[in-house]
Amino acid sequence: MTRPAKRHALTTRIWHWGNLVAVVVLFMSGLTISNAHRYLYWGEWGFEAKDAWLAVPRFPDWMTIPGYYSLAVARDWHILAAWLFALTLLFGWVAMLVNRHFKRDIVTNREEWRPANIKADIAAHLKLDFDHGKGKYNFLQKITYGLVLGVILPGMVLTGIAISPGMEPTFGWMVDLMGGRQSARSFHFIFAALLFGFFVVHVLLVILSGPIWQLRSMITGRDTR
Amino acid sequence: MKRRNFLVAAGAAFLAGCNKIADSAPGAKLLSAAESWHKAAHRFLRDREALVPEYPRSAISPYFRGNGSIDPTNGDYQAQAAAGFADWRLEVRGLVENPLSLTLDNIRRLPQRTQVTRHDCVEGWSAIGEWTGPQLSLLLDAAKLRPEARYIVFRCADELSGARYYESVDLIDAYHPQTIIAHRLNGEALPIKNGAPLRMRIERQLGYKHAKYLTAIEAVASLDDLYGGNGGYWEDRGYQWYAGI
Repeated sequence: MTRPAKRHALTTRIWHWGNLVAVVVLFMSGLTISNAHRYLYWGEWGFEAKDAWLAVPRFPDWMTIPGYYSLAVARDWHILAAWLFALTLLFGWVAMLVNRHFKRDIVTNREEWRPANIKADIAAHLKLDFDHGKGKYNFLQKITYGLVLGVILPGMVLTGIAISPGMEPTFGWMVDLMGGRQSARSFHFIFAALLFGFFVVHVLLVILSGPIWQLRSMITGRDTR
Repeated sequence: MKRRNFLVAAGAAFLAGCNKIADSAPGAKLLSAAESWHKAAHRFLRDREALVPEYPRSAISPYFRGNGSIDPTNGDYQAQAAAGFADWRLEVRGLVENPLSLTLDNIRRLPQRTQVTRHDCVEGWSAIGEWTGPQLSLLLDAAKLRPEARYIVFRCADELSGARYYESVDLIDAYHPQTIIAHRLNGEALPIKNGAPLRMRIERQLGYKHAKYLTAIEAVASLDDLYGGNGGYWEDRGYQWYAGI
């Protein structure tokens, strides 16, 4: 089978790196914001430890932006990077629908949902066998990318909007849908944790499957295997 | 252990870069511009008078947390509190045609608005309470703003870490129907920890905008000459002036 000349479209690459910068800044400044009030609640309100469903550990300064405790500076970064994040996500989705990358490479077919295929895919992953001939992505990749692009990343934006008091008159219904403002805040943290989990596995798999050509193809678009 | 050292070193380099950007003039400009884009987006999406949701009384949280100043000790506040705030005055002044000086009784006799709303602190927590008081627009109309007035400054009786608290909003939030001068919380006189005898409610913004221990409402053309020049106690300490985010 001939491989396409470009492994990743230019729009995919722009989105990927823009998104990476935004997510890293948002995540690290978010850890400072978490340190400002380390308790998560369900419902509309919550302000003391006894009503919390989770006490988040305090994150050490070296993990955070700005590297020392300043809620004001962390919010500055969070507020700026939120624009880069949301706009590149919108750009990525439009591009992926227009150039059919989504339909061609990420949408699964019924064949792939057969238990035998899923089992084989998991087995291949466990054996660190990354050579899957047909198609760009295997089943687990499609599901993971689909969830990250379709649920977690937009979920970060929507839950972020839901905890902004200035958005309350516009999106009060969305806050209700999430079960209240403190529930929306909890979901914001949960999605962030899931995204971090994806980040770790993603980087690990890139390293295991050949970091040099993977990185090069996400930068230049060319497949040099 | 080595890998962890590498991570820490990479993280430190990234942080140094971020802090360099934040400290540079264009970087600082970009960071504060992002704040105004959010404000523009919030106001573009809904009209300027759009209300935040109000809750039934059953949604009120069992307790309303006090934060920041919770028992001012500076000036004559304690003596005023002991006297039941009998001599408390609220001045409406600055760029107005008719400056006012109101007693608490004057304020209680004005038409009142009661609203059960959620209070969101910049730290992340929320509480729900029922607030009662006259709309700020009523006082501003009575005092008649001069055309050059652009901001409304809230002067407060309390000091936090030795500096006087103050806040400010633009005329859009000042005239918002849910912007009230609250003197009651959950049907009782406002407790000291929540700002007795008077506090602002600026419902579309975070808690630090809701100035407590209110002594004066001042119309100004610019915020530059007040304290640190950023329009509020926390704003002078780096926080965003637009606190709707």
